[in-house]
Amino acid sequence: MLDRAFVCAQCTARLTHRSVFRIKTPFYSASRRLSSNATPDRPVRVAIVGSGPAGFYAASRLLSKQQNAMVDMYEKLPVPFGLARYGVAPDHPEVKNCEEKFTEVATSPRFNFVGNIDLGHDLPLTALKPHYDAILFAYGASQDKELGIPGEKSARNVHSARAFVGWYNGLPEHRDLEPDLTSGEDAVIVGQGNVALDVARILLTDVDALRSTDIADYALEALSKSRIKRVRVVGRRGPLQASFTIKELRELLQLPSVAFDPIPKDVFPPEDVVDALPRAQKRLMQLLGKGSANDPQTSTKSWSLDFLLSPDSLHSSPVHPYNLFQARFSCNQLDPANPHSPSSKVTPKCLPDGKAAMVNLNASVFFRSVGYKSLPLPGLDDIGIRFDDQRGVIPNDGFGRVRSPSSPSNMGERQKLPDGSLITHLAGLYCAGWVKRGPTGVIASTMTDAFTTADSIMQDLANYNGSSSLLHAPGHSSGLGWDGVKAEAERRGLRPTSWKDWQRIDAVERERGKQKGKIRDKMGRVEEMLEVID
Amino acid sequence: MALWREFGQQLRRAIPKATTGEVCLAQSRRYISHTTTPWRTAGIAHSGRWNSGAQKRLHPSLQEWKSAQRSFSATAHVAHGHITPPKPGEEINVTFVDKDGTEVKLQVAEGDNLLDIAQANDLEMEGACGGSCACSTCHVIVEDPDMFDKMEEPSDDENDMLDLAFGLTETSRLGCQVIMSKDLDGLVVKLPPMTRNLQASDFESK
Repeated sequence: MLDRAFVCAQCTARLTHRSVFRIKTPFYSASRRLSSNATPDRPVRVAIVGSGPAGFYAASRLLSKQQNAMVDMYEKLPVPFGLARYGVAPDHPEVKNCEEKFTEVATSPRFNFVGNIDLGHDLPLTALKPHYDAILFAYGASQDKELGIPGEKSARNVHSARAFVGWYNGLPEHRDLEPDLTSGEDAVIVGQGNVALDVARILLTDVDALRSTDIADYALEALSKSRIKRVRVVGRRGPLQASFTIKELRELLQLPSVAFDPIPKDVFPPEDVVDALPRAQKRLMQLLGKGSANDPQTSTKSWSLDFLLSPDSLHSSPVHPYNLFQARFSCNQLDPANPHSPSSKVTPKCLPDGKAAMVNLNASVFFRSVGYKSLPLPGLDDIGIRFDDQRGVIPNDGFGRVRSPSSPSNMGERQKLPDGSLITHLAGLYCAGWVKRGPTGVIASTMTDAFTTADSIMQDLANYNGSSSLLHAPGHSSGLGWDGVKAEAERRGLRPTSWKDWQRIDAVERERGKQKGKIRDKMGRVEEMLEVID
Repeated sequence: MALWREFGQQLRRAIPKATTGEVCLAQSRRYISHTTTPWRTAGIAHSGRWNSGAQKRLHPSLQEWKSAQRSFSATAHVAHGHITPPKPGEEINVTFVDKDGTEVKLQVAEGDNLLDIAQANDLEMEGACGGSCACSTCHVIVEDPDMFDKMEEPSDDENDMLDLAFGLTETSRLGCQVIMSKDLDGLVVKLPPMTRNLQASDFESK
């Protein structure tokens, strides 16, 4: 079939083997000799919980490097991609390009998508465990941190930035958020991370610039009626401690007809401090110092970064008791001994009379954006995992192997760490992404992290010597994967969605988008998605 | 098992290097790609990708595969890593050094970027944002500072992304933004590791 004369022997083997003939052969026969002792004559079954970037990058690594691995990816929603679909801002379509790679991963015959199954709620984890050699948790952070201040729950128009992001991105969970952007001109966002800047940008961007994106229709409508003209992004500490990254800042500073309040000199680090910073921070500070070129006189909207303010309470309008009116903050000061160190702590600022310094900011809508939080999946205990509530992660060894809560234990194998200490693992359980390392970092960091976990799984497979291992003892798993779980799911009346189902939804969304001049028109409700495929 | 795989990889890399002339893995592929029919170009660009869209389309039967290959040749669509073969006599040399120190020497055409080149040759380089300078996954390190200076200055956007790159150096660039030109003949770039080594500090206060 191939003209061998043109090609060296290896290339011929590679080409014929990989692109043509392997398709005809069973997926694992070609690499059977390479498979681990653990599973001599059947594929290695891996369940991945969550279909966001962490899950997909782990799947990608596993499928490309472990030829006998078969991956079932479980997802709560009928549709894949997690925060790539529902977290990345609609005006960042280039960041969503990672979905192309994920789609490529999903075309592998060794990949299986199982959507619309909320593990832990719809189906217990104990139903999965007997059928897999490894379970990898990559379900991210489903909650956000609260401020715990008076008025946060009671005042109207106080939202979590996470919910707002989900709302404009068409996430079914937040479809009915209905933020009121018409009751005043001032928005206050507490928190200075990239999510806060995303929210600010969506509020400040000219709505016409968003029309061609995949932003939800209802969000577009609400934003087109928005009266918000002034956005304050408030942080507890100083500029050096802000956690947004430079790309997001630059975008905001470059928005047409949006002015930026220069940062007061007394909180900004002096030039010699900036010059001595590491590259990334230095560039960020230099950009902050430069500010925006837009003239406040001719700009229609403006924003500011307000530093050294801790939220204290939220207050409704005396005239309209249901409308949010003001946010009250207590003032902080940088550590006087060391004001411009990135790790500098802040202390409450007191007035000469000894009272705490306070400041009121007008706010007709208020967003809290002080970080996401992972929650334990119900039933983690049943398979031996003790979720770390304090840090909001599944305890792990940094390589993604889940640590045993009790040590020593007979549940897993002990491993020596670089620092000499011993830890105990739970056999066959792994984690990746935000549920592994906490909700920080960009897609690139999650990719690195997911690859590391996938490598750990493969390393454990390779090192398996039949008796002692980080994997299960032989015979522990039926090796059936989804085929073994399916019956239980059916018994419970669940309606799993397949990759084909997603492709159908995808096609309909794109088609609807085309008619409206958008990249895609996302379906806002799960029922709607299921209707399309049934 | 890992040993065997490692051995296979070493062998695959060692043989082309040991052989003189143009029988290098990557070069030979390039050689094929512009001396045979167009559908092969596409197929070859995909050859190392275990689950390309093309393969999926071919999957159902050989018959379908045959018809698919025809339509495929018409568009020669390649999602990633589409590069042009260099014209004879105008090849530009570029060397990728992976995290294990293995060198892959390639001859490429002017105008292609390092991300596309790496992906077309199955090197371990991700392009999460599809080469649009919106992530840092195609981070490369230029070995020779003089060569780095010969390149056009990175844009603010590229520097913004590099700021987030893992293991940033003075001569770091994003692969998708380095476009090959005659000036860059002999360029050597290192690929930083894509997984991290565990530090003892990872366990602090846990």
